[in-house]
Amino acid sequence: MSLTDTGAADRLTGKRSSDRGRPGLTERLLAVRELSLLLALGALVLVTTLRNDRFLSGQSVKDLLLGCAILVILAVGQTLVIVTRNVDLSVGSILGLVAFSTGSLFLVAPGLPWPVALLLGVGLGAVCGAVNGGLIAVAKVPALVITLGTLYAFRGVDYYWASGRQINAADMPRSFLRLGNQTVLGVPVLFLVAVVVVAAVGYYLRSYRSGRELYAIGSEPAAARLSGIPVGRRVFAVFVASGALAGLAGVLYAARFGTLDAAAGTGLELQVVAAAVVGGVAIFGGSGSAYGAALGAVLLTTIGSSLAVLRIDPFWQQAVVGALILAAIGLDRLLALRMAARLRGRSARGA
Amino acid sequence: MAHDSLYAAPPSTGAETERAAGRLAGLRAALGSWDAAVVAALVLAVLLAGVSVQNFATGRNVQFLLLDLVPLALLALPMTLIVITGEIDLSVASTVGLCSTLMGQLWLSSGLSLELICVLVVLLGGALGAVNGLFVTGFGLPSLAVTIGTLALYRGLSFVVLGDQAVADFPASWTAAAVRNIPGTSIPVAVVPVLLLALVFGVVLHATSTGRALYAMGNNDQAATFAGVSVARTKFWLFVASGAVCGLVGIFWTLRYASARGDNATGLELTVVTAVLLGGVSIFGGRGGLLGVVAGVLLLGVLRNALQLADVDANALTIVTGALLIASVVLPNAVADVRARLHRRRQRANPVAP
Repeated sequence: MSLTDTGAADRLTGKRSSDRGRPGLTERLLAVRELSLLLALGALVLVTTLRNDRFLSGQSVKDLLLGCAILVILAVGQTLVIVTRNVDLSVGSILGLVAFSTGSLFLVAPGLPWPVALLLGVGLGAVCGAVNGGLIAVAKVPALVITLGTLYAFRGVDYYWASGRQINAADMPRSFLRLGNQTVLGVPVLFLVAVVVVAAVGYYLRSYRSGRELYAIGSEPAAARLSGIPVGRRVFAVFVASGALAGLAGVLYAARFGTLDAAAGTGLELQVVAAAVVGGVAIFGGSGSAYGAALGAVLLTTIGSSLAVLRIDPFWQQAVVGALILAAIGLDRLLALRMAARLRGRSARGA
Repeated sequence: MAHDSLYAAPPSTGAETERAAGRLAGLRAALGSWDAAVVAALVLAVLLAGVSVQNFATGRNVQFLLLDLVPLALLALPMTLIVITGEIDLSVASTVGLCSTLMGQLWLSSGLSLELICVLVVLLGGALGAVNGLFVTGFGLPSLAVTIGTLALYRGLSFVVLGDQAVADFPASWTAAAVRNIPGTSIPVAVVPVLLLALVFGVVLHATSTGRALYAMGNNDQAATFAGVSVARTKFWLFVASGAVCGLVGIFWTLRYASARGDNATGLELTVVTAVLLGGVSIFGGRGGLLGVVAGVLLLGVLRNALQLADVDANALTIVTGALLIASVVLPNAVADVRARLHRRRQRANPVAP
């Protein structure tokens, strides 16, 4: 079971072993990753706002929410995959491919209503995900290898198709582009879409039987198989879902930026994995939540914009992200070790 | 307790690994060996390209082909050993970038001689690798996550060192030396150190007890520990070696393009991993050899070069990289699957006790 879940179960039942085994308050706060992420995010926003109060102005917040929406959607899709002890490195390429094909679609059929384009984009993403899932099922090698291959393959198809062309905002219908920067009550539509995705996936992972089974698969695939979980089918479905979400992100990318070439989303995959890892999704599966991953994505995006406000050389941004990943996995390891020691202590006393 | 195994366990364990291993072994028997298959594919590719692609078999093209392959070949050597132990190092390209910018910055502002700077850069690469090694072996973290972290960290730092500037005023004698040919041939001098290092890594991997220990820990960390192998220390020094080689590549890259920039070698890590896997090294660890990897590097280089000469867009070439990688892992399993099914059917047809 996951680290956070064990803590939650403890709190729910109110069961306490002897005081010696009782975790300290800070440690328990840290164990609920969503909470510590919120604290970090709050501290970051506070410090930045103290330096420059325009950081919390309407326009700036809107930019921030707009900026993180796509990364949030991708990170949530990645969470589904990583929880099952797999990884999907091809999401950046799927995003690029879908974004470019959405643009091309409007070139061919300018009058197409945007919901159709959206559905087609999600569908194309799902097909790419099915290719991943199918190859993994056939080859029975880690997803890392297959999705590394399709990272190149999908991107290559994208370049081959585009052959140097670029699609501009003028080629796409106004109604579609409005999707990219319209706001409802001051909140960008893009961000609302991301929130819906986070809520749906988060609820699914927490409350659905098949969602819980994903954690079981990630904790120990062999045990999951023995307890009757259709591991192959679940993993395949997870890759289709990740592809579909990458497709959704691709359509939104097209709507937001308007200018598309074959390089859209290059290198995004590592940022997505970073967001999930910072969000407490253990890279070897079985632990983490969609909410955490989404907060991780928001945190990474916010660091980017607050560095600019804090007048820190923007070149530091990537270095900070790297340091954050190392800190996050180090913290996870430390907490896991301490919890393991505590559980050992408890069982030794026969409690 | 569960968390321990969560972090320490390889991506896939138990029956699945064994079955995959059995499949691979089955294929070995069928094809002779994967090494032989890759070498055969390489020979075929060279012959085909030589006959059908204009300008492929010219001295000038051979020179550029080999020069392009030097960084990939160098990085693939330590990567092979690391993957055989069941770990991975995704930070290599970023380490190359950071070493390159540090070389530029030192040359720009320290006033040291270039010889000394080169030594410093290699040591520094080793230190960067040691950071990876410390996180992986000292703190027991998964190398995949650690090196994704240092991938971002080192790339970020390399931009911190030089910003978006480039240092380009290296002495012409040095930059010319990086691309010079061995007199009378069209083979770059830079190939010689690559071959020497390949020899060293090959001997270590295939002819020493340390090399055997690498396979042992790739197959089973704990068993290797109980067999008296110091797993943590060996892995630590592998990461250091990987970093030091990155330092060498950083120097070569800087001199070859006469430019130290923050974005040098971006994205190369995935090509290196592709070459290693194409060379028949199992991502689970414990399987593979250096000959296959060298052949894999050359195959990748020849195919890309030939297609580029045949006017295929350089970016679209990534299809070839991706397809090769997928084929190299899907084909053996698919073939073994079919064979196993045929075998089962035969067994069912005449049920004789073994």
